[in-house]
Amino acid sequence: MVLAWLAVLLSQPLLAGPDGAELFSRHCVACHGEEGRGGVGVPLALPAFLESVDDRFLTVTIREGRPGRVMPSFRTLSDAQIQAIVSYIRSWTDRPTPTFDPAPIQGDAQRGARLFASHCAGCHGPEGRGGHGTGVTFSRPRDLPIIAPALRNRGFLAAASDRLIRATLVRGREGTPMVPATSLGLDDRDIDDIVAYIRSLESTLHDERRRLQEKHDAEPTVLMEESSYTLEETVENVKQAIVGKNYRVVRVQRLEEGLVPEDQVNPRQVVVYFCNFNQLNQALAIDPRVGLFLPCRITVVEEKGVVRVYSTNPGRMAHFFNNDELKELCEEMSRTYEEILEEATL
Amino acid sequence: MRSILPILLLLLSFTARAEDLMMVRSTLSFPEAMVTLQNTIRDYGYTLSRVQRVDIGLTSFGFKTDKYRIVFFGKAEENRRMIARRPELVAYLPLKIAIFAEEDDTLLVAANPVKWLEGLVEDEELRIQFERWRNDLQAILEDVRRAEE
Ligand code: HEC
Ligand code: HEC
Repeated sequence: MVLAWLAVLLSQPLLAGPDGAELFSRHCVACHGEEGRGGVGVPLALPAFLESVDDRFLTVTIREGRPGRVMPSFRTLSDAQIQAIVSYIRSWTDRPTPTFDPAPIQGDAQRGARLFASHCAGCHGPEGRGGHGTGVTFSRPRDLPIIAPALRNRGFLAAASDRLIRATLVRGREGTPMVPATSLGLDDRDIDDIVAYIRSLESTLHDERRRLQEKHDAEPTVLMEESSYTLEETVENVKQAIVGKNYRVVRVQRLEEGLVPEDQVNPRQVVVYFCNFNQLNQALAIDPRVGLFLPCRITVVEEKGVVRVYSTNPGRMAHFFNNDELKELCEEMSRTYEEILEEATL
Repeated sequence: MRSILPILLLLLSFTARAEDLMMVRSTLSFPEAMVTLQNTIRDYGYTLSRVQRVDIGLTSFGFKTDKYRIVFFGKAEENRRMIARRPELVAYLPLKIAIFAEEDDTLLVAANPVKWLEGLVEDEELRIQFERWRNDLQAILEDVRRAEE
């Protein structure tokens, strides 16, 4: 009976087809903005973008995402759902959808590498690793109104055929900093060489992501040290160690403050919040979502006479942001946490 | 029968989204979204413990807005019970949602406890609790996303 009901309910949306607008607002709007204006993600509604990419590019980008460049993969969406999102994106323009011959383009990748370094790397980063930060400039400080995407990226290279890349270079993307290659003084041969170079980046990716995944899996979820001091002494030690690392203590409070009436708060759980404003602002400029682990925090607890010091592990969290630029910063934070934990307890 | 269908459907839609981070955009202005968020958190039975500003000097660093806050909330009894089960959870609790302005919109982000705390799961009770937190966070974000002026 339940199954029959369920079948009826499930078949209804299937018969009607998935709702692309609803799927887009559920899964994409947070980053790409209402109607694809852009945000943490690049704008998607520009006619110059839509008329230079085929549906395969959109489909594969949604399915694979852009590993290490914030855009997640949506492997859990069905083909029909992805198709509905693509149709919805297409509804923003009345220009025809291009198609590209999948045949590869021949060129001199080494010569392309030199041209890329001199003409493209300024925006797309060395080896096409992408500009600093992602998306558009709305609220964060950036170098460009739109940050150049990573090209040395498995998701991009899987989505873009050689001829799509060439068409993008030839036309540029009007309304974005991406200008036509001819205006950079490049001719047809130069363009083919650059396309060959971009394609050759695929072979430099190796199993980078798998190694990162393994590293992530090996990271502990929480860092912890046992203290040989009393709770009060340990809190003081933590504060001193924090200052010694060039951070500022912003707040010391009991964990349960605000959650239970004042007289019921457990006094043996103390949270020390601290911050390095330079680091905070740098992190927010790279990825505004980092507020989830900032300001920094260390928790000191006494339980059955044993004092322990805990912190989350930013080195592990970096992975969840799918943002390679954050990795270094997070690893640095993890080291700082470990040092503070050790100094405060030894 | 009727009453379990919405739950089943809810479960189906949740399992379809295995995200590490949960983020939504609200078309409400920052102050409106903030009020809506706090009310929604209370509607789900949580106590708001604190709103932390993360905006000190943001504008002097070139940001166009300093509207950035972390909202902390929890259920005291639940937190105590779970910390007794798994002391490491003191490093993670109370739950939080980051909320910040982007032009006229407001963005809200939460970490998915099922993913972030994966390494702390050692029995059914913990697994179910992390899923419950995930579902509540997701539902709170979804309610704010759908809220209109
Ligand atoms: C002034 C900065 C700038 C320069 C120089 C530049 N680009 Fe771009 N490029 C961009 C931006 C910004 C975008 C994203 C445009 C958009 O939002 O659609 C882009 C997009 C692209 C894309 C499409 C990527 C995607 O994910 O859709 C390719 C391919 C590309 N550029 C290649 C190049 C190559 C090759 C060169 C050198 C010949 C170059 N670009 C020079 C800024 C630049
Ligand atoms: C968490 C943020 C985020 C979400 C969610 C997200 N994207 Fe993206 N998306 C990005 C970023 C960032 C880029 C640019 C990557 C780069 O800079 O290398 C991007 C790139 C793209 C591109 C390539 C644009 C170009 O110029 O080549 C497409 C297409 C795209 N996203 C579509 C989508 C769709 C459709 C969804 C929803 C199913 C979605 N994205 C969800 C952040 C996101």
